Amino acid sequence: MKPSRLSECGNWVLDRFPLTKFWNEHMAHYYAPKNFNFFYFFGSLALLVLVIQIITGILLTMNYKPDAKLAFDSVEYIMRDVPWGWLVRYMHSTGASAFFIVIYLHMFRGLIYGSFKHPRELIWIFGMLLFVALMAEAFMGYLLPWGQMSYWGAQVIISLFSAIPVIGEELSLWIRGDYVVADATLNRFFAFHVIAVPLVLIMLVFMHIVALHEVGSNNPDGIEIKESKDPWGHPVDGIPFHPYYTVKDIVGVAVFLLFFATVIFYMPEMGGYFLEHANFIPADPMKTPEHIAPVWYFTPFYSILRAIPDKFAGVIAMGASIFVLFLLPWLDRCKVKSIRYRGGIFKKALLLFVVSFFGLGYLGTQPVTPTATIFARIFTAIYFGFFMLMPIYTRWEKTKPVPKTLTKLHSLEEQLHTLEEQLPALLDEITELKPMAAEIGHPAFKSSFFTRRPNTEGMRNVISRLAKKLKGSLD
Amino acid sequence: MKSFITILLLLLTLSFGVRASEELKLQEANIDLADKASLLRGAEHFVAYCLGCHSAKHMRYLRIALDTGADEKTVLKDIAPEGASIYDQLHSAMNKHDAEKWFGTQPPDLSLIARSRGADWLYTYLKSYYIDPRSPTGVDNTVFEDTAMPNPLWQLQGEQHAEIRKTIWGEYTKLVLDEPGALSEREFDTFVNDMVNFLVYVGEPVQLERQRIGKYVIFFLLMFLVIAYLLKKEYWKDVH
Repeated sequence: MKPSRLSECGNWVLDRFPLTKFWNEHMAHYYAPKNFNFFYFFGSLALLVLVIQIITGILLTMNYKPDAKLAFDSVEYIMRDVPWGWLVRYMHSTGASAFFIVIYLHMFRGLIYGSFKHPRELIWIFGMLLFVALMAEAFMGYLLPWGQMSYWGAQVIISLFSAIPVIGEELSLWIRGDYVVADATLNRFFAFHVIAVPLVLIMLVFMHIVALHEVGSNNPDGIEIKESKDPWGHPVDGIPFHPYYTVKDIVGVAVFLLFFATVIFYMPEMGGYFLEHANFIPADPMKTPEHIAPVWYFTPFYSILRAIPDKFAGVIAMGASIFVLFLLPWLDRCKVKSIRYRGGIFKKALLLFVVSFFGLGYLGTQPVTPTATIFARIFTAIYFGFFMLMPIYTRWEKTKPVPKTLTKLHSLEEQLHTLEEQLPALLDEITELKPMAAEIGHPAFKSSFFTRRPNTEGMRNVISRLAKKLKGSLD
Repeated sequence: MKSFITILLLLLTLSFGVRASEELKLQEANIDLADKASLLRGAEHFVAYCLGCHSAKHMRYLRIALDTGADEKTVLKDIAPEGASIYDQLHSAMNKHDAEKWFGTQPPDLSLIARSRGADWLYTYLKSYYIDPRSPTGVDNTVFEDTAMPNPLWQLQGEQHAEIRKTIWGEYTKLVLDEPGALSEREFDTFVNDMVNFLVYVGEPVQLERQRIGKYVIFFLLMFLVIAYLLKKEYWKDVH
């Protein structure tokens, strides 16, 4: 058959560009474990949110003005006078919070199923770098609407750098470009938020995925699917990413978008958590708000900062609370990956950690009181205890045996055995027992001798069954 | 170990009760943006009583006409001040210099006041002025102490004074009406409510529109979810 013009055109490209190879390597012939559960949606969802943020971000820059005099008004202009501007802005502001929800769940998945362990340490490191870059991106983006919280939040966080001895003051001055957060700060944060950090994010996402596809995905059972392969070299517990996980992730996308749309259309402020009330007041350098709270996704770390009495020590503790996550692959000494087969001590420690993380997060949104500080200190101690004591308690762990594979494999003997059982029944079906013809045999033996004759109907049944089975295995 | 975890969970729940200050009890405003008549009344009151000092510069007269379905000419005649164009924003005639001389500070723009303060706060605030001879304006407010704003609605509400009452639960301030104003208490409540309703609308004029569109988006996504789920089920039939 003569190829059509269109396919000729396509072939011209494919001869010169390894699109097919790329598609097969990363989608169609990329084998992923077949037992992914709920927690495994968040990787692809993070990618979706990144795309949403980039597209809505580009649209926002078309009307946003990075100027201390115009910024606040330009955001309101987008909200009111730009056609669909409100939707784009709400998608971007809700997307920021959604990004952190998705990423926190994605990280939690890694924590409970041991996805950071050998041989995936580098994926975890890239992921942590992504998390840090994302925090920088969110922090700088939050200054841009130039509301009271944007302004004073940035003021507080940048002033943290001044706590560093000797170079501190100079450093914070250099970051701000002025003695207080001002137009210069806004302009440079805009540059970082729309160009520099997104480029870093995209680069890191690329490396995160390349590293992942090199060693393959972990799974809720924490077994290495590459260790048991079928005769064709495919992992027995693996299925091609496309179409199985592409269609599955679309379901995840639909559910995520339902929640996302509900927030955008019915509660874009999320009770003051996604868009803080005080941020609807334009930035005023002369008026400090009574209570400065960062957006919810920074509050656990902000709580750690406030829990430490000394400012510089607080800054160190906050930095350490993030840095310690980088060390996770080497802190956890347990060989077993998944929480399903790990000992009780790890489960309890993890529960304590989750409780303290939520506790710190809540306290970070609240003003400081002596009682709140005591709580924050207890939770901070647990937070660091979880990581610092990990090399000790993970050594004692009484783990359960980890299965080698997820699929039950039938050995050759077993298969032969079942065949032996089935064979007589099959024989009965394709043949027919008939009494021997009277004229051949002796009349005395009549009716006690039988002969097997092929049974056409039975054979037809068996063949059609076989064909159906064959077709089923190919589907 | 178990008891330790229980204690910790208890700590967590307790920590949610840690609050810095007790909150002032606010009266509830009855916000209904679909009530176009209330919005138009609110707009009229706003221009008459607030626009003298406060602007709402992110709002245009035209937008009010479009969103409430009112005629542009009616909006210009009944709502907008003399000489305003339909395309104008709700600017105040008072300039910054005078404002600072008279009140010590420039009255804030009210475009987003409902989003930063909330409807109930505004509603209670506008009703909570009382006579205080020590204050430069002669009045103070229980919701916002030492407020620089004089009571613009005193002729309508009348004059109130504050009484401190003691109960077994503690002290609270009760505002008592001395002299009734031009409106009855009920009329005045409606008046303030219309104004707050308008301010909530001005805070985000697209609110009703987004809620209307939201229904279609969510319906579409539900259908999409059903189809996506069926597709997934079909593909995954043979994975055991």
